[in-house]
Formats: sequence, structure tokens, C-alpha cells
Amino acid sequence: MIGSIIRIFFAEWRKLRRPTLLLGTLGAVSFFSVLVSSVLFLMIDSPQGNGDRGVQITREMLSLPSGATQSFSSIGGLLGIVALCVFAAQTAQEYSLGTLRNLLVRQPGRIRILVGKLASMKVFAMVMTLVSAVISIGVSYALAGGKNVSTELWFNGDGRLEIAKTLLNVFLSILGFGIVGMVLGIILRSPISSISLGVLWLLIIENIVGALKSSTLNWLPGNQLSTIATGGSQNVSYSHALSLSAIYVSVALVIATVLFTKRDVSN
Amino acid sequence: MSKLAISVDDLSKKYGTGLAVSHAKFEVPIGTICGFVGPNGAGKTTTIRMLLGLISPTGGSGQILGEPITSPDKYLPSVGAMIEGPAFYPALSGSENLRVLATLGGFPQERVDQLLKQVGLADRGGSKYKTYSLGMKQRLGIAAALLPDPKLLVLDEPTNGLDPEGIQEIRQLLRSLADNGTTVFVSSHLLSELELISEYLVMLRKGEVVFAGPIQELFDQQQPFMIVRTEHEQDLEKIMSIAEAAGHKAHLRDGTAHIEGPAEWAGVLNKLAFESGILITQLSPQVPNLEETFFELTGDQK
Repeated sequence: MIGSIIRIFFAEWRKLRRPTLLLGTLGAVSFFSVLVSSVLFLMIDSPQGNGDRGVQITREMLSLPSGATQSFSSIGGLLGIVALCVFAAQTAQEYSLGTLRNLLVRQPGRIRILVGKLASMKVFAMVMTLVSAVISIGVSYALAGGKNVSTELWFNGDGRLEIAKTLLNVFLSILGFGIVGMVLGIILRSPISSISLGVLWLLIIENIVGALKSSTLNWLPGNQLSTIATGGSQNVSYSHALSLSAIYVSVALVIATVLFTKRDVSN
Repeated sequence: MSKLAISVDDLSKKYGTGLAVSHAKFEVPIGTICGFVGPNGAGKTTTIRMLLGLISPTGGSGQILGEPITSPDKYLPSVGAMIEGPAFYPALSGSENLRVLATLGGFPQERVDQLLKQVGLADRGGSKYKTYSLGMKQRLGIAAALLPDPKLLVLDEPTNGLDPEGIQEIRQLLRSLADNGTTVFVSSHLLSELELISEYLVMLRKGEVVFAGPIQELFDQQQPFMIVRTEHEQDLEKIMSIAEAAGHKAHLRDGTAHIEGPAEWAGVLNKLAFESGILITQLSPQVPNLEETFFELTGDQK
């Protein structure tokens, strides 16, 4: 059982490590990391704000032990969308390319396939998280001096704890988005449809609904997952976001597992 | 151990209100090459998918290498398959695609290079799959099916897109695999190819098995026939009427009349045609072949 899951993990990793996917994804991650970190520091004195939705993040706030990870935590939502696209494409392509039948002939345990693939994609999400952390913290550190932001507390005991906490939160957030992508891939069986629907929901529908009725931000799944990355927000507490996301992701996984294991593979 | 590689009984698959496969019953002995034929939509691929555990039967049962088809994990490690053509990841090389499957199945990675060589792709193994020609894709699909060194090899249209030389190579490959004890269950529309290599045959029509058994048994059941061509094509209808009036079955195909009857009756037919003012330009007695038999049994006559 474990042996076959390990084999599935490495088989999936062979697909995930291909240069176009790995380098392309890490390129996007690096771009977002540099962009958000640069905006945070270079627009520190801007009246339009330097944070998400015009929020002002001051020098004093950035000088706290959490200052090093301020930009990294706010990238969570963007990284989540990248993860959603990768997980959805990797899952749905097995249907659209017809390769699922090859996988199932070589490994008929469908739940094992699902677990092995998910484990492999988790590692991919972990790599994304680490790369983004290194770049965003590095850029923040490089720009802090020029903008008179003290970095004294960033790497002391409290600072390191903040870095560890944010790494975990961003990883959980990315993983949640990724699992949603995987579930969409299983349900829709088409990379384009699953990515389109996922991105449309997260970037457009949730924003419109949230803007029209702010109370919905307590329930919208994308907002809960983004809130995990930031460790909580003014509207949604961290524990609420974490527990509600766990419920959403669990329900989605159950639906996906039932579909994946029971549905005939006829393409 | 069972002497049957495949055994199905009353196997059915229902989609909506129609049966894609209806109460199929057939057996394939170990170590034989068995052709699996039927017109498009006859239920061949659905049957193969049920045998491989990809779709669940609506009814009936089956065994592969002595194990029930409800437990594919017990027999699939000894089964190689290519279903509905090759399917691989376009952005990976041929070699990397095989390595994905070798890793998944726990087969030695060295096998990948051996198989690429065996199917004639040794020099293109490093190229991306999306750059392959149809024939190369087909060869890679066969290599993937051979990964487990299978006891049962299930191939769906393995010669699609291959040139005559490639078809001959595949024929020789299947023959040598069968000689070494591998059972080959192969579906193809190239009936003349199947006739050359198959010892057994399963024929489907509209989801039902119309014949299953040794191929020679099938030919023994068939009547000899003759192919008739006339100076004017419109005279073929008259020729058919003459034959039918004499108690011989007849039908039109590809601008000729196919008339059942022994070779000796050809002279009588020629005489009857001459008396009716019809000039026969070709009168060729034939022994039954798979193509003729296929059309006869599946009712797919042109």
C-alpha cells in the first residue's frame, strides 16, 4: 500500500518537474513575490497605500518581528491561484489526454492514485512556498534599508517564529487552493474549464459578492483560504478561516474521491 | 492455474437505455493470439475497458488470468494494454513517458531503453512525444503495453498509422510474444492482418458476440463464394436474381456481386448469364476469408 503510494508520488513528480511547468510556475511565483514586496516598500509613503486594497502599512508595522513576512503573507492569495491552476491542470489533463487509463492499468487502486498525486503536488506547493518566502523576504530586506525600515527584530527569536508561522500559513493556504483546483479538475475533466471556473470564482465572483455584501466575506471559500495566509484579517479571524476552509476542502475532497473512484473511465 | 487468459460470461454494459455490450460470453486460451473484431460501435472498446477494470459491468462476470475482473489489482500487474490508441503527456519525451509508467508499476527503469529499442524508437526516445508521428506514437504505446513483460497483452488497433513495414514488424512481434507464452488479445480493422496471425477470434455485432472460438472453426462454417463482375454494372442485379432463383445467396459489394456456392457452380452461372444476354467479365471462385466472413456475420454489407 505505502510502496505503491510512493511509486505514484515519484511518477507524478516526473511530470511536475518538467522544466516548462516547474520553471514556468517558479517564474510566476518569483514575479509575484518581487512585485508585492517591492510595492510594499517602494510605496510606503504613498497616500494610495502600499497594501492590499489600499491598506497603509507603516514603517512601525514593518519594523515589528512580523515585518520580514508582511509581503510574503499577502502573496498567499496570488500563490494560491497559481497552485489552483497547476493542481487543476495536472489532474484534468489525465482525463483530457486519456492518460488516466494508462495510470489505472498500471495502478488500479484509485484512492492510492489520488493520495499519491496529492502528496506529490503538496511537495510542489511546498517548493513554491519556500521559493516565494526566500524571494519576498530577500527583497524586503534589500529594500528596507533604503526606506528607513528597521530590520533589527526580523530575525531574532520572535522574528524567526513569525517566519515559521507565516510559512506554515501560506503553505496551508496554497494547499487549500490547490486541492480546490484538483477537485475542479476531477469534476470537470478539462484543464481549461477547471482553471477558468476556479479563477473566475476567486478573482471575479468572490470580489463582486464581497464588495456588494461584506458579510459574505465570512463565508466565501477563496477569502477564507487567503485569510489563512495572512494569519487572520479585520473581517475574518484566523481560527474561523482555518476551520471553515477545512470543512470546505474536506467536503470537496470527499466529492472528488467518490467521483474519481466510482466514475467509469471512458475517455 | 486456469488455462484461460480471458473468460467472460453474460457480461453486459448498459449506457442509458441501450446495451453497449449485451450478455457477452467468450473464452480466450492462454498463449494464443485472439483477434477481436466488430464494426465501429460494436462494443469492443467497452468490453476491453471492462476487462481492464476501467468501467464497471452492469451485469455478468469475467476472469482474467484466473482472477475476477472485480479485482483488477490481482491481475493487472501481469497485463499490458493499449486502449483506443496511445495516450501520453505531450511535453514529456517518449522515454520519460515510459519512465512515468515504469515508476508507477514498479518495473525496472532499464526496461525502458530495451523497449524503446525493441519498438524501433531508440534514437527518438529523448524527443518530446508531441513531435512524434502517428506511427511513432503507436510504437510507444506498444512499448508501454510491454512494460510489465505481460502474460496477457491487450491491444486496441495497434497497427493504426503504421506503414506496411511497421505492420509487418508488429505482426512478427506479436507472433514471437505468443510463441513465448504471452496471450495476445488484439482488436483491429485490418482483418487480413488478423487472419494472418490469429488462432482465435471473438466477433461482436451491436454489443453481442456473434462468434467466439478458433478461427478455422469460423471458416469451416462459411460457404465458398464467387465474385462476379459484368460488362455493365446494372447487370449485377440481374445476376443476383439469377443466383437467388437457383437457391444461392447473393449480395452486392464494391461494384461486384458476391454469390455463395461451390466453384463448380461457376460454369452454370456463366451459362445462365450468357442465356440472359449478360457478359460476365470476371468470375472468381473464392474460399471464405475473414473479411467476407466478417461482413457476413456482422451484417455490415456494402
